[in-house]
Amino acid sequence: MIVELGHFLLVLALVASLVQSTLPVAGTLRRNSQLMDLASSGALIVFLLVVMAYSALTWAYASSDFSVINVWENSHSQMPMIYKISGVWGNHEGSMMLWLLILVFFTALVAIFGGNLPKSLKSNVLVVQGWIATAFLLFILVTSNPFTRASAVMGPVPPPAEGRDLNPVLQDFGLAVHPPLLYLGYVGFSVCFSFAIAALIDKRIDAAWARWVRPWALLAWTFLTLGIAMGSYWAYYELGWGGWWFWDPVENASFMPWLIGTALLHSALVMEKREALKIWTILLSILAFSLSLLGTFLVRSGVLTSVHAFASDPSRGVFILVILSIFIGGAFSLFALRAPSLTQGGLFQPVSREGSLVLNNLILVVATGAVLTGTLYPMLLEALTGEKISVGAPFFNLAFGWLMVPLFIVLPFGPLLAWKRGDLAGASRKLATAFVISLALGLVVWIATGNAPMVAAVGLIAGFFLVFGALTDLWIRASFLKVGFATGLKRLAGLPRSAIGTMLAHFGVGITVLGVVIVSTWSTEHILEMKPGEKTDVDGYTVVFDRETRGQGPNYSEEVAHFTVFKGERQVAETNSAKRVYTARQMPTTEAGIMTFGFSQLYVSIGDPTGDGKLVVRIWWKPWILFIWGGAVLMAIGGFVSLSDRRLRVGAPARRAQGTPRPAAGAA
Amino acid sequence: MSRKQKRLALIGGGVAFLMAAVILIMFAFSQSVAYFYVPSDLKTANVQPETRIRLGGLVKDGSWQRGQGMHESFEVTDTIGTVKVNYTGILPDLFREGQGVVAEGKLVSLDPPVFQADTVLAKHDETYMPKDVADRLKDKGVELSGKETIK
Repeated sequence: MIVELGHFLLVLALVASLVQSTLPVAGTLRRNSQLMDLASSGALIVFLLVVMAYSALTWAYASSDFSVINVWENSHSQMPMIYKISGVWGNHEGSMMLWLLILVFFTALVAIFGGNLPKSLKSNVLVVQGWIATAFLLFILVTSNPFTRASAVMGPVPPPAEGRDLNPVLQDFGLAVHPPLLYLGYVGFSVCFSFAIAALIDKRIDAAWARWVRPWALLAWTFLTLGIAMGSYWAYYELGWGGWWFWDPVENASFMPWLIGTALLHSALVMEKREALKIWTILLSILAFSLSLLGTFLVRSGVLTSVHAFASDPSRGVFILVILSIFIGGAFSLFALRAPSLTQGGLFQPVSREGSLVLNNLILVVATGAVLTGTLYPMLLEALTGEKISVGAPFFNLAFGWLMVPLFIVLPFGPLLAWKRGDLAGASRKLATAFVISLALGLVVWIATGNAPMVAAVGLIAGFFLVFGALTDLWIRASFLKVGFATGLKRLAGLPRSAIGTMLAHFGVGITVLGVVIVSTWSTEHILEMKPGEKTDVDGYTVVFDRETRGQGPNYSEEVAHFTVFKGERQVAETNSAKRVYTARQMPTTEAGIMTFGFSQLYVSIGDPTGDGKLVVRIWWKPWILFIWGGAVLMAIGGFVSLSDRRLRVGAPARRAQGTPRPAAGAA
Repeated sequence: MSRKQKRLALIGGGVAFLMAAVILIMFAFSQSVAYFYVPSDLKTANVQPETRIRLGGLVKDGSWQRGQGMHESFEVTDTIGTVKVNYTGILPDLFREGQGVVAEGKLVSLDPPVFQADTVLAKHDETYMPKDVADRLKDKGVELSGKETIK
């Protein structure tokens, strides 16, 4: 009964969403505020309905109701409860439900916290959000209904006694965290998109608009950062061979909105402070969400070969393609129609805060273009000529890596340049110490480790420069030398949160870059055959294979190998590495044993027995690998810190009276 | 500089950067694109040794041999042609005889065809058949059992 109710609530949500996305339009046209208010109440009602429908589906999973096809295909009564609940989004239908839930969640947030927006703008934003929600509600109800019972398809059949189990790779805590975080980011950009469309419809685009959009962009970006980092760490420990980024099309699909989102954060800043880059910022807002939609299409339509692609059905691909073309095509047509009539901001000095932000945008957008090319080209080529090619990691490493180098070199200069007219010589003097230290550290590490490639030295210097550049920024703001340590600290504490957030995020970029460079250059791999009692030396550690045991989990059986690690004579760590076979699907997985030493890790995974009583063992030394995700976490913390600043200002009356634009400074 | 000159300088700088980026991207492309073949394509397509390619097909029944150390060898077939593949490392959990596989690497000899793989892919689902392999095998008229999930 609850399942049918869930389906019914979803249909009701579609009706409410249609109301939310149509009637308020009449309200804005006639300046009827009651009709406009319908958008807010509609958004809240849709949110409640979707939450209840989603809970109904979760209930079906929690109670292992295998008469529902979706539950039968993706769950198992013996599965731990947390995987039953997170398993809701571990399949196509459920993950679309999560997508929708998060979309209407953001819409409701705009309805609740958008009190300071002009009425017509708020109503328009909610209407556009309503269109998106309607499209995805239709998509779910027509092609991907998670509530379908087996009896509705195959006639009266008794419900299966047992489910087919969730894909074992997904039976992990990572599944509970990664998709919700990722979607909070991905789908969060829909708000920026809706703001852009609403502003284009209204033809009112000014600094206040940027101030309203920026917190949403920041929120989405922060979650996306965490979501991508979490996905990367999950792949690292779950897939059993220690890779942390594959340039898999699905990863690229989440990485492109992140890159454009990063550009958007920075260009919105210019728009807010200098009322320039308006058209560009609008374009980025549209692009960020368009790339999210493209990602959804790539992942959910089955055109891709990927870990993330669940079984596919061609009708879904076509449906999402239609949604994609309507929203992206519509948005860009509206943009093309309205952009020429928007007032241009003034030109400005190339050497200035805004100039450096423009450079940031240029590089990020070009880098996105490179990733997009590598991701879509093979698909387009196959569609057009039938020829199958693969563009692998080497392409992305080369193209993306080298595009990032200039960005990392100019990044520390940005925050040190003043708005309007920057002092490049002054900024260089301030950064000279940081640069010399980075150069020295990079070269020392590079020479000390012997035959590492030249690229490693470049990467190290860039990473150190980012780290010390961010610290220089703080050092100068505190001016410890002039005012002494205590006053300096007080000054730091008194800095605006957004400045601290910026510093943290830039520092985090440096940390991630260092991690990536060090792991890529100095990680070592050892593949050997071992029998219990044997030991081997790995980068200064002695790894001993103690014993092998058999174990039994709730829905799998496993072979467990136990390892102890010694440094000299002292035991420093121990771990289990296992090979599991999940009963329902007879599917094997590798559970790696991971030991952390400082920021580095030893990663052990076992392969098959060799026949003569030995076991194939793979051991990796991954130096400083935690820096990769640590840096991303720092970026996200920077995002939250900066958001906490914004909250204070968001309520302030923002839009200046029309007709008194700030003079376009710097345009002398 | 006048306003106009400044604008020109900015645009010029932007265009120069874009051109450099495009050249970089094209260079990276030429370095790392791998074409996909099934065994019977190799002769007709005139693939030269040392070219990086992806080879897809089914792992021939009874062909999987585990050598000393981590040396694995198996044969990849599309029922018309067969190529011997050498690989050093641990094969994926889901590598099995009779199932689809994609190997990336290069040909080391044309006659008889021998392929040295540096990457072997078999994906994360027990009935998985790589879409590239499935499409190409269907073109060649190979019957699939229908149990494979084609993604």
